[in-house]
Amino acid sequence: MNDFENLSISSAIEGLANKNFTSLELTEFFIKKIEKHNDLNCFITSTFDKAIEMAKISDQKIKENETRPLEGIPIGMKDLFCTNGVRTTAGSKILENFVPFYESTVSNNLWNSGAIMLGKTNMDEFAMGSANTTSFFGNVKNPLGSKVNKELVPGGSSGGSASAVSSGLCLGSTGSDTGGSIRQPASFCGLVGLKPTYGRCSRFGMIAFASSLDQAGPITKTVEDSALMLQAMVSFDKRDSTSSRQSIPDFSDYKKLSIKGKRIGIPKEYMIDGLNSDIKKIWDSGISWFKSEGAEILEISLPHTKSALPTYYIIAPAEASANLARYDGIRYGFRHNADDLNDLYEKTRGLGFGKEVKRRLMIGTYVLSAGYYDAYYLKALKVRKLISQDFEDSFKKCDLILTPTTPNVAFPIGEKQTNPIEMYLNDVLTVPASLAGLPAISVPSGFNSEKLPIGLQLIGKPFDEISVLGAGAVIEELRGF
Amino acid sequence: MSIDNSTVKKVAKLARIEINEEEETTLITELNNILGWVDELQQVNTDSVEPMLSVFNESMQMREDQAESNFDNSQILDNSPESNAGFFVVPKVVE
Repeated sequence: MNDFENLSISSAIEGLANKNFTSLELTEFFIKKIEKHNDLNCFITSTFDKAIEMAKISDQKIKENETRPLEGIPIGMKDLFCTNGVRTTAGSKILENFVPFYESTVSNNLWNSGAIMLGKTNMDEFAMGSANTTSFFGNVKNPLGSKVNKELVPGGSSGGSASAVSSGLCLGSTGSDTGGSIRQPASFCGLVGLKPTYGRCSRFGMIAFASSLDQAGPITKTVEDSALMLQAMVSFDKRDSTSSRQSIPDFSDYKKLSIKGKRIGIPKEYMIDGLNSDIKKIWDSGISWFKSEGAEILEISLPHTKSALPTYYIIAPAEASANLARYDGIRYGFRHNADDLNDLYEKTRGLGFGKEVKRRLMIGTYVLSAGYYDAYYLKALKVRKLISQDFEDSFKKCDLILTPTTPNVAFPIGEKQTNPIEMYLNDVLTVPASLAGLPAISVPSGFNSEKLPIGLQLIGKPFDEISVLGAGAVIEELRGF
Repeated sequence: MSIDNSTVKKVAKLARIEINEEEETTLITELNNILGWVDELQQVNTDSVEPMLSVFNESMQMREDQAESNFDNSQILDNSPESNAGFFVVPKVVE
């Protein structure tokens, strides 16, 4: 059997088209690999029978020359996307037995493009976390930890998705990003993670965390794969009131993009205290790569950067407290019985939610409660406007913004567990683009002294994923590995 | 701004989450830390700044006011912890 471990989606598409191997062979390879690497805990639910069935259909389509864009490509689906007839948990006990009877638009789009579902990937509970340590189904391990003889976190919340791609258990996977949940784990696992513009991917059937921020995107090995998966995921969807009607480009056009003459902004406020020195070095290398390609580098200022994380930790919990009100133990999910209705709600939610989710629901409820709404929630909405305005102003001067993705590399499992704010600080460089709804990618750009990966982030103008991908490809070309 | 036992109890009640005494103690510390930290926003001048509820700036479209029935009753009830005769079952709420 071929070794498909290091295969990219684009080369798999080529191999399938040239009949070098079949989708069934690919799929069976990954099934065996997933079984062998159970210890990483990447998947909450595997769907191997379904995968084999889908692979056979794909092989038939290839034979009949009816190939769709992702025909026969085995992927992992974050367990946040509702999948018809397949358990969907969002990493929570409260949805432990939930089996949707409808399909999320993003997953549906992927299946219609010929992708194959290997299973549902592990994640932080309701996507609330940055280390994949809040999942009811246990933490996920970063496969790169074995390089340094440590058990490292894969990042979060899309930790299962990132770990699965990084360890070669699937060719690509879906993630969702509310404050960094695609980009941060991609960075920790040495992968490309893309959060498109808010509104590009439909939120229908994606279990809600903070609706004004949630956005789906791909986690892949290469920029080219990222463009391929993104193309399949996006669509206008009338079932999502904030789904965009903007025309959808051919994302592979990023290959035609010339970086020469492009203006790349370097925000001085991202040079935060506690930014790891290896990461700072890679950031400098990134600047020199773009310079060598003829891009113009300019220092820019995003003055409200410092306020982004506190703003996020008001807005996201507030929205979550409203969204997660639906888990009442009556219509679906876990129930703890009681004689009184309020008791039933309180016991169900007290036992059904994990610590971090409860903490955030408490914050969200508090900042929305009478007497505190103006001081916290309304204030945060105003600061969000200022943060968004900062980007708007900067994009009058530059075309793209280059920053590190995270202040540090992947850390050992168990670290940053005592003080929640320490964990929240992981997202300090990814949250601003989320608040402004901008497209942003993390691309592997180098390594620290222990050979752990470091990602650089590129933030683009609204709906300009093409430039983000194009600049990402420049990093890929010049980073020297 | 400081959160005490009674505030934590009140907020837990509003959020419909039962918490035990141990959780209550931890939450007092954690919520105070987090709220103390986000309090730095008070220093940002937001006079005459409009609150931003969403980054989405396309106009939302109206749809025809027509009922759609996408799912049947039994599919929906299949996920409920308890149902009877086509209804969700809850504890008795009226005497």
